[in-house]
Amino acid sequence: MRTQFIRTTTELLTDDPRVALVLGEISVASFAAAAQAAPGRVFNLGIREQLMIGTAGGLALTGLRPIVHSYAPFIVDRVYEQLKLDLDHQSAGAVVASIGASYDAAEEGRTHQSPGDVALLDTLTDWTVHTPGHPAEVEQLLRAAAGRADRTYLRLSSQRNDLPYLGAGLQQIHRGSAAAPVIVAVGPMLHPVLHAITGLDVTVAYTHTPRPFDAAGLRALVGDPATVVLVEPYLAGTSTRLVSEALAEVPHRLLALGVGDRDLRRYGEPADHARWHGLDPAGLRRSLLTLAS
Amino acid sequence: MTTATSNPAGYEQLRPLLARLTGDEKHEPSAYDTLDPIWVLYDRILRVDPGQPDHPDRDRFLVSKGHGPQAYYAVLAAKGFIPEDWLDGLGEADSRLGHHPDRMLVPGVEIGSGSLGHGLGLGVGMALGLRAQGRAQPRVYVLVGDAELDEGSNHEAIHYAGAVGLDALTVLVIDNRSVAHPLPGGVAPLFAAAGWSTTTVPGDDHAALAAAFTGHRPGQPHLVVARARAKGSH
Repeated sequence: MRTQFIRTTTELLTDDPRVALVLGEISVASFAAAAQAAPGRVFNLGIREQLMIGTAGGLALTGLRPIVHSYAPFIVDRVYEQLKLDLDHQSAGAVVASIGASYDAAEEGRTHQSPGDVALLDTLTDWTVHTPGHPAEVEQLLRAAAGRADRTYLRLSSQRNDLPYLGAGLQQIHRGSAAAPVIVAVGPMLHPVLHAITGLDVTVAYTHTPRPFDAAGLRALVGDPATVVLVEPYLAGTSTRLVSEALAEVPHRLLALGVGDRDLRRYGEPADHARWHGLDPAGLRRSLLTLAS
Repeated sequence: MTTATSNPAGYEQLRPLLARLTGDEKHEPSAYDTLDPIWVLYDRILRVDPGQPDHPDRDRFLVSKGHGPQAYYAVLAAKGFIPEDWLDGLGEADSRLGHHPDRMLVPGVEIGSGSLGHGLGLGVGMALGLRAQGRAQPRVYVLVGDAELDEGSNHEAIHYAGAVGLDALTVLVIDNRSVAHPLPGGVAPLFAAAGWSTTTVPGDDHAALAAAFTGHRPGQPHLVVARARAKGSH
């Protein structure tokens, strides 16, 4: 997905004089062609993340469409107040495109991991959040975002699904009975979900765009009473409030699965972290079976 | 304190405007460290038009520190950006003017500010954005306080702007010696080391301020230090 991001961003910079790219050393070599194609609109600020967001805000206030790119912990966690004030408070837009996600950089340790990024953005105003599960989704979502003026977070991950789903909102992938639990699989979580449900009566819905949350889509999928299982690739429970709001008129139970909030102090592979957080197919299946018991 | 070349009538007009903001008739305009530099900018330097406050080729003036904006508001009113009656009731529930300015509420205000250390990064982005669009005329002026320079975000901007020779950028530091741990040589050597041209002038000398504001050179961002009275001395 990072490769697709670089390819699409390079094309956007070449084709659209409004698009600018703000980097902080991360991925600079990969954007060498872009810097040649759009020499006045590709900025490597060095290792200066606060300045990256401030610069993005300033670029937007002159009418450009900045894309800002770094590791999630550096471009969200570290610069929370810049996101809040240099973008939100100025009513300025940007596309913030992160890599690393929750534990893609497992071997790098906690410093390079950001399970809380979407939860942080949920404290801000009017952010669109994309969590693509396939490179084809990256291209579609990034092109659309470049044409808007809003605040968009594009959360790129090395985890991915087998197929792209290019629809909007909650997309039904698998249909169970009318009363079946509805699993909301966010971004790359669809792959382990589909490997966890063999023989279970569940409905599976997918989204690459958890914000704005598709409340109407969820209401259309659930039974009455409703059972919802959130499977999110970031902090467990991040979307709980939005499901509660969506189902305020419907008796419901909710199981919110995602990344735990503990610093595990372990390295390894992303698959190890998925297992430790119960987000591998076996762990998800264990959680789903608790619903029936 | 007011030089012969300034617009005395306009400058004198600031006193009643400030009084509407503060409810205090006794304060001299000079009680506000930022008043003279902001006045000189709007009176002589900035290419801005209250009739077209969003013109893409306008100069940008960013008040980064945001604190004590009475002088800023008074000048905006004197120059026709906001109605004078907005000055009454500062910070009240239905006022558009608060203790820190909001660009979405006040015509002519380029950024919402108040939390220290944000204006310079935004100014760098504006200067880069104007250059990228071939707008060579507008300059970006950013007002920061000397103590505001404690915030590390400023140093990211100072070093980067110097390194890339961002010559559409001028920083105005109001030096009222309010910093907890002052640099022995003041702030100018810090900017100079990063490649900026610098000049230091008395903060109430309008002719010197105007000369400083036009003292930028090609290929370098420019620093103007306006020395004010020490904080708390008035």
